Amino acid sequence: MKLSSLKWIIPIIAFIAIWEIIARFEIFPSYLFPPFSRVILSMFQLLVNGILLQNLFSSLLRVISGFLLGAMAGILVGIAMGYKEVVNDSLHPIFSLLMPIPALGWAPLFMLWIGINEALPIALIFMSSFFPILYNTITGIKNIDQNYVKVARSLGASELKILRTIVLPLALPNILTGLRLESGMAWRVIIAAEMIAIPTGIGALLIRSESLLQVDVIIVCLMVLSLMCLSFERFFLFLEKNLVSWRSL
Amino acid sequence: MKDIENYICKNINLEISDKDFFVLLGPTGSGKTTILNIIAGLADYEGNVMFDGKPVDSVPVKNRGIGYLFQNLLLFPHMNVFENVAYSLRTRYRPENEVEDIVNELLKSMNIFYLKERYPKNLSGGEQQRVAIARVLAYKPNILLLDEPFNNLDLRTRKHLRLEIKQLHKELGVTSVFVTHNLIEAEELGDEVAILNDGKVQQIASPKELFSSPVNDHVSEFIGTPNIIECDYCKILGNELAEIGFAGLSLVVPYEDRKVEKVAISPGDIFISKEEIPGPRLNVFKGKIDKIDNLGPILRIKIKVAKRTFVAEIPKDSSYKEELKVDDDVFLKIRLKSIKVF
Repeated sequence: MKLSSLKWIIPIIAFIAIWEIIARFEIFPSYLFPPFSRVILSMFQLLVNGILLQNLFSSLLRVISGFLLGAMAGILVGIAMGYKEVVNDSLHPIFSLLMPIPALGWAPLFMLWIGINEALPIALIFMSSFFPILYNTITGIKNIDQNYVKVARSLGASELKILRTIVLPLALPNILTGLRLESGMAWRVIIAAEMIAIPTGIGALLIRSESLLQVDVIIVCLMVLSLMCLSFERFFLFLEKNLVSWRSL
Repeated sequence: MKDIENYICKNINLEISDKDFFVLLGPTGSGKTTILNIIAGLADYEGNVMFDGKPVDSVPVKNRGIGYLFQNLLLFPHMNVFENVAYSLRTRYRPENEVEDIVNELLKSMNIFYLKERYPKNLSGGEQQRVAIARVLAYKPNILLLDEPFNNLDLRTRKHLRLEIKQLHKELGVTSVFVTHNLIEAEELGDEVAILNDGKVQQIASPKELFSSPVNDHVSEFIGTPNIIECDYCKILGNELAEIGFAGLSLVVPYEDRKVEKVAISPGDIFISKEEIPGPRLNVFKGKIDKIDNLGPILRIKIKVAKRTFVAEIPKDSSYKEELKVDDDVFLKIRLKSIKVF
């Protein structure tokens, strides 16, 4: 085993062991602080009876839909704003007013406009992803040395070709960083939305377990959340490494 | 010619002959790059740019048939060498097998074929230079614009690349406009040189003419205020040497198979000493200091030798600076190799 893997595994094993020992000695009441082994057992039961997967799938679908829509819109509008000053001048004042509003702040308004249905969490995730990805895209494009564009133009490239072959590839590192950071935010928003208004999903399971004093289920949900955020981040890191490999070559 | 509301260059009238290597020489901010951008169609201007007698003002950059080598080279960092060189061909939708043939051949001719898979980040300054040149040559431009391409290179690579560019120009016969602030580059490369100052053309001439007949103080200052000497006589000595006479003095100069009419000596190439200079007395004169001007890091000293005044420049940190004053008797030595003959 590599030393770097051991550096990760040893603290985690130590943490679990301390947790298990403290819980076994019942320093705190076991219904508030269950041992790790009971959490794993609950996870197994939740997997077998399908509750965990069902709720995870609901949340995952909402995150993916909302995040994809928000990211696509953010990237497309960001390209237009970053590349064309006139678009930037027209939209920037409006977006700079809307951007500071936290995604969950839109919830009451969306509940009235959209209703309490599947579209609500998707709309909230859209709002949480759209603005940061938009501004990351704009920054990525504006940071490009404009002389590269001049060179491409002098080499005979059309505006569309310049956008496709020069501007977008050079802005890609910024765009991917935005996607990576905001993918975690999408999970935070979905949990909050499901806790407030939606009866299915990991957030709903969390709030139900709280009312039934099922701390072990709450911890299972938190572990799943951590795993999901990590997986999303790793996925975008993988994309960054492979799509902008020229930066490290 | 303008840039937004401020004119960078005014009343520029340049005529560049077909297949010429034309050099725009001038200090930083004199408008050299602006002129290249105007020729390329990358800057706003009033007036006309004509190629082969036809105005191209309404022709977009991509259709002007220009190869532009930018000052910082600007190789696309996300493309490898092959992709960089192929870029101009792919933008013209040339068939991929043709692109491959042209690029491979070009890379081989420039001795950089082995770099084709590498990314710009992993290339040395000289290698990047060659790739950038190959990139602009790939689609066979009608006019080559080169904006101080050797700026960030060491002296040895600069010299080597100067020779390569000259050779390439000879082989391809493409009309080239080369921007530099380096006198040696202008002298070595240019068929014709235009000296710019404050957005105006001061003089257009061959490099030799510039040295022998600077038309005004700007030109004279830029080329180093040389001491121009009109020869009274020229006597061939053999061994590629000649003796010239002027103002009752004689000077041994390099001889290049034709009568020497003028010589130019850069002020920095005149050595001054209050003590008699040891060694052979070739091109050593005795004179009197007439004037000392303080030019910041250097001292400009005018020395009267018989009826002639020489201008010499010495760095301020020179060890003998304290001792030199007006009316001092000094010895001058002019280095044979630094004398330019016309």
